[in-house]
Amino acid sequence: MYDSVVLGGGPAGLAAAIEAKRDGVEDILILERDRELGGILNQCIHNGFGLHTFGEQLTGPEYAERYIDQVHELGIPYYLDTMVLDIEDHGDFKRLHAISEENGYQTIDTKTIILTMGCRERTAGAIGIPGFRPSGIFTAGTAQRYINMEGFLTGKNIVILGSGDIGLIMARRMTLEGANVKAVCELMPYSNGLTRNIVQCLDDYDIPLKLSHTITFIKGKDRIESVIIQKVDENLKPIPGTEEEIPCDTLLLSVGLIPENEISRSAGIEIDNRTSGPIVTELRETSMPGVFAAGNVVQVHDLVDFVSQEAELAGKGVAKFIKDEINQDSGIETKVDQNLSYVVPQKVSLDNADDEITFYMRVRNVEENKKINAYLDGNKIATKRARKFLPAEMVNFTIKKSKFVDGAKELEFKLED
Amino acid sequence: MTYDIAIIGAGVAGSYIARECSRYKLKTVLIDGESDVGNQISMANSAIIHAGYDAPSDSLKGRFNAAGCLMYEKVCQDLDVPFKRCGSLVVAHDEFEMLTLHDLYQNGLRNGVPGMQILFQEEVHKLEPNLADDICGALYAPVAGVVSPFEMVAKLAENAVDNGVELKLDTIVESIESNDGYFTLGTNNGEIKSKIIVNAAGLYADDVYELIGEPYFELLARKGQYFIFDKEVGDTVENVIFPCPSKKGKGILVSPTVHGNLLIGPDANPTEKGDISTTQNELNFIKEAALKNVPKVGTMFGKIIRNYAGTRNTPIKTEFTTTDGDFIIEESPVKNLINVAGYESPGLTSIPAVSYYVMNDILLPILEREGIKVEENPDFNPKNKKHIYFKDLSEEEKIEVIKENPKYGKVICRCETITEGEIVDTIHRSAGAKSVKGVKKRCRAGMGRCQGGFCSPRVVEIIARELNIPVEEVNYDLNGKSYILTGETKK
Amino acid sequence: MKETKEFVCIACPVGCNLNVEIDGDEITVTGNNCKNGLAYGREEATNPKRIVPSTVVLEGGKLKRLPVKTNDAVPKGMIFDVMKEIDRVRVKAPVKLGDIIINDVCGTGVDVVATKSIDEIDY
Repeated sequence: MYDSVVLGGGPAGLAAAIEAKRDGVEDILILERDRELGGILNQCIHNGFGLHTFGEQLTGPEYAERYIDQVHELGIPYYLDTMVLDIEDHGDFKRLHAISEENGYQTIDTKTIILTMGCRERTAGAIGIPGFRPSGIFTAGTAQRYINMEGFLTGKNIVILGSGDIGLIMARRMTLEGANVKAVCELMPYSNGLTRNIVQCLDDYDIPLKLSHTITFIKGKDRIESVIIQKVDENLKPIPGTEEEIPCDTLLLSVGLIPENEISRSAGIEIDNRTSGPIVTELRETSMPGVFAAGNVVQVHDLVDFVSQEAELAGKGVAKFIKDEINQDSGIETKVDQNLSYVVPQKVSLDNADDEITFYMRVRNVEENKKINAYLDGNKIATKRARKFLPAEMVNFTIKKSKFVDGAKELEFKLED
Repeated sequence: MTYDIAIIGAGVAGSYIARECSRYKLKTVLIDGESDVGNQISMANSAIIHAGYDAPSDSLKGRFNAAGCLMYEKVCQDLDVPFKRCGSLVVAHDEFEMLTLHDLYQNGLRNGVPGMQILFQEEVHKLEPNLADDICGALYAPVAGVVSPFEMVAKLAENAVDNGVELKLDTIVESIESNDGYFTLGTNNGEIKSKIIVNAAGLYADDVYELIGEPYFELLARKGQYFIFDKEVGDTVENVIFPCPSKKGKGILVSPTVHGNLLIGPDANPTEKGDISTTQNELNFIKEAALKNVPKVGTMFGKIIRNYAGTRNTPIKTEFTTTDGDFIIEESPVKNLINVAGYESPGLTSIPAVSYYVMNDILLPILEREGIKVEENPDFNPKNKKHIYFKDLSEEEKIEVIKENPKYGKVICRCETITEGEIVDTIHRSAGAKSVKGVKKRCRAGMGRCQGGFCSPRVVEIIARELNIPVEEVNYDLNGKSYILTGETKK
Repeated sequence: MKETKEFVCIACPVGCNLNVEIDGDEITVTGNNCKNGLAYGREEATNPKRIVPSTVVLEGGKLKRLPVKTNDAVPKGMIFDVMKEIDRVRVKAPVKLGDIIINDVCGTGVDVVATKSIDEIDY
C-alpha cells in the first residue's frame, strides 16, 4: 500500500511528489505515461521558465531537470510508459488499474492520489473550421514535439490560428528552422499570449499578428494548400467581403487548452464546468477525500512557476491527510461575478490554510483601470489592483487569513470600478 | 495473366462482392484509385443500417434493404465488425406527419420489415426522454442499427484477400478496351486483363462505364455534412432519430454511433464529384435542424469533436438516362460488364443481399454462359482473425492479452485507449493500414476527442517501423500526396 | 538630441511598458518595475539582444535532438548567424545539462550550452 500515487510526471506531479516527500510522506510512486519525466516541459525548449521559483530564466528542460534531480535525490520511485485506466474508491484506500509494456497489468493500492495529468490542446474539429480535412493541420504542441524532440519539420509555409503562447513560440521556432510564417490570426481583438512573446516571437521576425481574424475555410484535399481568413465583427462573426486567401502547407492551431480529466470524471470526482478541472479546496483536495489535484488538470496556467506552487499545496495536503490533520469541513465556498470566468480554489477551510490564501482567477475581457474586490458574506475584505487585467494572464489574489471571520460561508470576487 | 473478374472500386459494394467471389475458385482482382479501401462514400456517411420501410417496394432499394438489414448480425460476427441493433424512430410533430408514418408502416410491411410499431406521445418520450415535447408519435423499427462503416469495408477486403482475392490500390482505371473474350484495363499501374468487369466505382461509376459504353445513367454528387460529438454526450439518444421524410430525403438525423459517440447530419446539396469540404452555412443549418427533434443538442455544441462531409451518388434523369433514383444493378449493354451503380443509401444496409444477388443471379450465369469453370473454394473461411478491442476486455482478459503480447500494455491513443498492439495488428492484416488515417479507420487511434494530437506522432513512428519506411514517407491518407512531415531539421 | 523609444519589457513574463529616453550618453528608463527592466530598456535602446534557444543533432541518445541555448543574449542581428552554427553541430550522447556545445559562437563571447542531460542509449 502506497501513501500516495502521483498520476503524471510533469511539472505538477514532480513538485507535488517532492513536497509530499519533504513533508514526511514515505511511500510515493509517480506514474508517467510518456517515455520520460518532465511532461510538456521537455518540448518547451525556449527560455522564460522559473523566474518566480528560481529567480532566473530557464528553458523548459532545464526547469524540469531541477525537479527530476530532486526526485532522484529523494529516492522517489516512478514508472514510465504507464497508463492509468481506472481509479476505484475503496473508502480508506484507492485502487489504481494501470498498464505498461514492461510491467503488464497492475493494480496499485494507495491511501492518497495526486492528479497531475495536465491538459490537452483544442483541435480543428473542436473549433469547427469548415473546409477540407487534409494533412498538414497540427496543434501547435504536436508540431512543437515533432520539431524539438523528434527533429522533424511539418512544413515550409505556415499559418497559425490562435495567439496562445505555444502558437507564438512556434512562430519563432519555425522561423528559426527556416520556415516562412505568413501570419498569426487571432479571433479576439487582443492576443491570448503574453506580451513578451508577441515582442520576441512575432515583432522580432516581422510576423504579422492579425487580430479579429479567423480562418473560415481550409483548402486542399490531400495536403493543405491554403486557408481563407476573414475579419470578424464585435460578435466574432466573419464579415463578408473581407476574405483573403493565404497559400500555406501547414496550419498550426493554438486555440486553447482543456484540462484532461477523463479519469477524474469516470472516478466520480466533481468537475467545475468553468475550469473543466476538479473542484478543489485550498489544499487542492477534490470531492473524493484523499484525492488531490494540481497544475493544468485543475486550471490552465500561464506560467509553470504557478503550477509548481499549486502542486506544493497538493503535496502538503497529502502529508496532512496522511497525518489525519485535514479538516474535511470546508466551510467557505468561493464564487465570481459575470466579469470573471472562474476562481480556484472553489472551497476553503480556514483550519487547513496557512497564514494567507491565494486565489487564482481570470477576467473574461481586457479590463483597464478596474480592481477586483473580495467580499466575505457581503463584506469587502480585500482588493486586487492592476493597471490592466488581461484574459491571457491569470490573476493571483492573495488574502491574509486574518481577514476572514469564523463561520463565514461565501467569498465572492467582483470586478469593479 | 487474365483475371476472371475485375472489380473496380473497393468501397463497401466492391469489397463485399469481392468477398462473395472468393467463395469460388476464381481469379478476382479488386481495384481502387485510393491508397486504402473504403475511402470515399463508404467512409463518410451516416453509418446506419436502415430497417427498410423507406424505399418503394417495387424498387431495387425496396427489394434489398430489409433483407440486407437482417443479414447484418451474422456478417458482422464473421467479419468481427462492431454492429448494434439500436432501433430507429421516425418522429411526427403533427397529425399530418402521423399520416406519413402510417404510409411508411404500410410500405415497411410490403418490404418485409419485421417488428415495426407506431408509438404514441407518451411511449415515445418514455423510450427517448430527450426528444422535443411536441413530438406526438413515431414509427419504431427495432431492427435498425448502427455499424462502423470503415471497419466494415476494411474487414470485408481483409477477408476477401485472405480468401484469395488480389487487391490493387493506388490504381486508377484510365481506359477499358474490349478484346476477344476479355477486357483490357489501362491504369496508371499497368494493364489489367479480365474476362468480366464489375463496375462498383461509386461516384465515378458513370465515368468508368463511359470508358467503354454508351452513357445510359448519370450520377449526381450530393454532399451531406455531419458533426460528431464527444462520447460524453453519446447517450443523448439510444435510437436513430429521423424526422418525417420529405421529398428531399430522410432529413437531419440524430444518431448514436456504434462506438458511443453522437452524430448529427446530413443535409443534401448538389456538388462536384470529390468535393467533401464542409461549409459554414450548411453546418449551421444542420445544428438548427437537429434541435427540432432533440432540443438538448443545443446545449452540447461545445462537445463537438469533428465535422465532416460525404457524398451520395444519385442517378439523375436526363434526356439519355433510363434510370431515376434507383440502384443500377445489372449486366450492362456492354456484355460481361456489370454495373453496380447509383449505389447510395441504403447501399450500406443492402449490400449483403445485393452481393448475394450479384453473385448468384448475375455473375454465376455469366460465368456459365462464357464457359468459365466455377468451383467452390474449399478453403473459403468466412471469419476474420479476431480483432482485440483492448478497452472492451475484462480485467482478466487484459492481463492475459498483455502477457501474450506486451505491446497491448502500451496505450498510444489516450482518448480511445488504443494500444500499440492493436495498431501493429491493423498494419499487418491483409488489406491492412498503411497510413495514419488507415490506422484511425481500423482501430480508432486518433478518433477521439483530441483527434490525434497526442498519438499521431506515435502512430507515424509505429507505421514507419512496421512497414520499414522512413518516418517522412508515412502519409496521412493518399500515398505521396498527403505527407505529414517534410523532412528532418538541421539538414 | 533627445530621443524616446517605447518597448515592452521581455525580461520576464510581466511585460512592463518601458519608456526609454536617450539624450547622448544619458539613458533614462521609466515604466519598469524592477532592475531587470532597467537593464533591458538600456540594452534594447542601444544594442538589442536575445537568447537563442534551439536544438542540435544528437547521436546515440534516446532522443534525436538535444535542446540547447545561448547561455547569454546575443545581438539580435546575429540570431540567424548563430542558428547557422547551431544547425551544423552534431553531438554524441551522453550529454550533461550545461555542457558547452559551441564555444564563443560567432565571436559573440557567448557559448551555446546543452539544456538537458541525455544518457547514452544502451542497446
